[in-house]
Amino acid sequence: MSYLKPKFHHPSLKPNKVGFIKSDYEGVISTLCAGCGHDSISGAIIQACYETSIEPHKLAKLSGIGCSSKTPTYFLSNSHGFNSVHGRMPSITTGANMANKDLIYLGVSGDGDTAAIGMGQFVHAIRRNLNMVYIVMNNGCYGLTKGQDSATADFGSISKAGSSNPYPGIDLCGLALELNATFVGRSFSGDKTQLVPMIKAAMAHPGFAFLDVISPCVTFNNNKGSTRSYSHVRAHIEETSLFDFVPHQDEITVDYDEGTVTKLELFDGSSIHLSKLAPEWDPTDRFSAVNRLHAAKSKGNVLTGLYYIDVESEDLHVKINTVDKPLNKLTQEELCPGQSQLDVINDSFR
Amino acid sequence: MEKVTVVNDLVIRFSNVNGTGSASANEMFAKSIFRMGIPVTPKNIFPSNIQGLPTWYEIRVSEKGYLGRRAGIDILVGVNPQVLERDIDSVRSGGYFIYDSSKKLHDSYIRKDINYIGIPMIKLSMANYERARIQQLFKNIIYVGAVATLIDMEIDVIKEVIADQFKNKPKLIPANYQALELGINYIKENYSYPLQFQLKRIDKNDDAILIDGNTACGLGAIYAGATVMAWYPITPSTSIASSFEKYCKKLRVDPETGKNKYAFIQAEDELAAIGMVIGATWNGARAFTSTSGPGVSLMNEFIGLSYFAEIPVVLINVERGGPSTGMPTRTQQADIISSAYASHGDTKHPCLYPSTPAECFDLTVAAFDLADRLQTLVMVISDLDLGMNNHMSKPLKWDDDKKYDLGKVLSADELEELESKGEKFGRYLDVDGDAIPNRTIPGTHPSLGSYFTRGTSHDEYAKYSELGEVYLKNVDRLAQKWETAKTIMPKPEFYQEGNRGNIGMIFFGTTTYAAVEAMDKMSDKGIIIDSMRVTAFPFGKEVEDFVNYYDQLIVVEQNRDAQFRSLLILELDINPKKIKSVLNYDGIPITAHQIVVGIEKQILVNAQLN
Repeated sequence: MSYLKPKFHHPSLKPNKVGFIKSDYEGVISTLCAGCGHDSISGAIIQACYETSIEPHKLAKLSGIGCSSKTPTYFLSNSHGFNSVHGRMPSITTGANMANKDLIYLGVSGDGDTAAIGMGQFVHAIRRNLNMVYIVMNNGCYGLTKGQDSATADFGSISKAGSSNPYPGIDLCGLALELNATFVGRSFSGDKTQLVPMIKAAMAHPGFAFLDVISPCVTFNNNKGSTRSYSHVRAHIEETSLFDFVPHQDEITVDYDEGTVTKLELFDGSSIHLSKLAPEWDPTDRFSAVNRLHAAKSKGNVLTGLYYIDVESEDLHVKINTVDKPLNKLTQEELCPGQSQLDVINDSFR
Repeated sequence: MEKVTVVNDLVIRFSNVNGTGSASANEMFAKSIFRMGIPVTPKNIFPSNIQGLPTWYEIRVSEKGYLGRRAGIDILVGVNPQVLERDIDSVRSGGYFIYDSSKKLHDSYIRKDINYIGIPMIKLSMANYERARIQQLFKNIIYVGAVATLIDMEIDVIKEVIADQFKNKPKLIPANYQALELGINYIKENYSYPLQFQLKRIDKNDDAILIDGNTACGLGAIYAGATVMAWYPITPSTSIASSFEKYCKKLRVDPETGKNKYAFIQAEDELAAIGMVIGATWNGARAFTSTSGPGVSLMNEFIGLSYFAEIPVVLINVERGGPSTGMPTRTQQADIISSAYASHGDTKHPCLYPSTPAECFDLTVAAFDLADRLQTLVMVISDLDLGMNNHMSKPLKWDDDKKYDLGKVLSADELEELESKGEKFGRYLDVDGDAIPNRTIPGTHPSLGSYFTRGTSHDEYAKYSELGEVYLKNVDRLAQKWETAKTIMPKPEFYQEGNRGNIGMIFFGTTTYAAVEAMDKMSDKGIIIDSMRVTAFPFGKEVEDFVNYYDQLIVVEQNRDAQFRSLLILELDINPKKIKSVLNYDGIPITAHQIVVGIEKQILVNAQLN
């Protein structure tokens, strides 16, 4: 059951550059469990879209099936949404993106939806460098079906029922790096300071931007012994950097210590500012990102922050050389060659 | 025995090893007959293999213009030692077996009732060409020259076809002519010619073209304005994708920028292929996919979504022999039920059944308009015979005054007008009684018209609901939309002025070729049978009236379980006792003879019952 929220808002809330206030980016009231990490991620998406002044109709939100995939109704009610079928969000998004290259595509998925049933479509969307933000709300379990381990659950993690996971977990960031994803990062639903600018940067990235967001399941995977509980994640977080995203219109206002900040220019003039916490890691070098991830994992830590970015990313439309005008805007006159051409074709078959 | 000359009526079969370049030689042979103005039907009977297995190319020549298969091989050109015995057995009594006499034919292969013509094909080729691959290729052209001489074809026409074939590699033309002459001269020097089977120019083909259905489907999609094609390779549908891409490169590249006005995506599997199509059409582009039965099985999940969320999809299903992997390179009409009712829950989908390449073009175009108008998945159901074999067809035709029917899509202005009238956009709201709601495309308006698409139960405003009455209202509207569909589907074709007898014959798709010939044969025997060719599902009033008129109906189709008969019974509430079947499902296209025999049997059974 979905509920409509009251539209009242505090008179002092300022509209953003495109004239929308923050509540214009909200959705209906969440029906997820109280304290669910996913709701915090929805909140971060709302904040990121409001702050970057995205016109709601210039974004489409898509999802598969599962708790995570329900969230698109809880944010951006003025955007078109598509809750597709289990594990198939990437193909829907691919088609949608092919039809209109001018929208931002925000895909939301879960660890079951991506790492199990949807693995095939996930890896191929990466391979094509589809221009989209792909957020996995990763809680290590199947919530809607009462807490079975998912494919990302860590080896030895204890489930609520008390069993220890006998299988190694699939690290989706490690996989994305291996598959040459052009933007890879991990965050934590409880760390909005990091998550909000990462979502902004992911939306600005022209290509496949992957964000694996650790998002504890309060009902089925928040117990002692679980490696996805709030307490475990908080105790084991290790960040790659302090992260900030600066839209191209904005002056840089963040104060960084001289010499410690790496600035990465994105294609649209916006930039990412990183205050690196490990000197041997270079966010534009895939190998160093892989090493950084393995180093953290070997200590049992959850590495968050941006792992890797290809600042020269070319998306699928560039690869297949489509016209600048979105394909869904082409008219019959631009698409149909008419009988005269068909006469020539008929002749070639005589 | 006196041999009677038979002009322009023969079946010639080439028996080759696949991967040896025989297909292109055989196609040139068929095209030469076509250019002599004689109706011709080539059929490629090939293995699911790349190299080394038997493959046959059968050409029927019929002055009367019959384009179905005919049993009984008059001339067999056997250049595949693996299947000599079977090939020799397949020649009809009095016919000819033409073989490569580079090696002597064993005595056990000699049949007294057929004629043997040995040509040392590979010896001739080896004596004239150096490289092994070239020897292999020109061996094919040598037999083309020899056979053409034996049946008195116009050699100049063959030369013209060769010149056209190699117009981009003109260096190859003289070498091909030389090989052709080797074959011609060998016959002239060693045999008396022509045989009693002869071809004579009649110029009966008017403006016809010789084209395969898949090429026509690909072109239809281009003309219908499809901009996104997502697909996964599968025989026998792959050449639709090839055709779409090939002609897009010619017709859809912006001359100024060199950029493409299309997106052509080879998906990771059929699930993703149809997912991409759904995503693209949801977002306002025309998009389609093509596949075969196994692919449709995989697409079932998304087919249900497109039905329930009401997203237009065009899916071209080129049927092959099933079930499972079945016979990937043989033809059947065996996906009738699985297409019509694809996916779980209560679902049904409009289907179109083309029978010629021209109709592949027309019905692909129609499928896009119907899908957009009805906001649902529309399947074009072709088969391997139609899709992959060349057929003589009416030329492809486009009406330059035609406008695409994009259906009920609201613009930003229309959304504002609705708002100003105090009305609310409801994605699944029937506003005018045809059960088809309005839809909006993402990106249309900053604050109006957004909705949430879902495969879960929803109300008129696309909101999730599990309430029984909300669910009923929605699915009952979908049932009503089905009634609307019945009124706009393409009409059946009838072959008589008014109803005449008390037996009605029903067929569709590629069965038509043989059925049309069977009608003449039955008419010659004084049997009156009225015929209807169905072109679309759901069945409209015309189909219903036809089936209700006759005491006895015979459905001719190419599957084991009489699926189309079942579909008619299910949808039109026909008494099963009055509807019989003539079936062919061995993977090779049905013949008129099979239909006549089958119908005579049915009439006999019926007479005995009465």
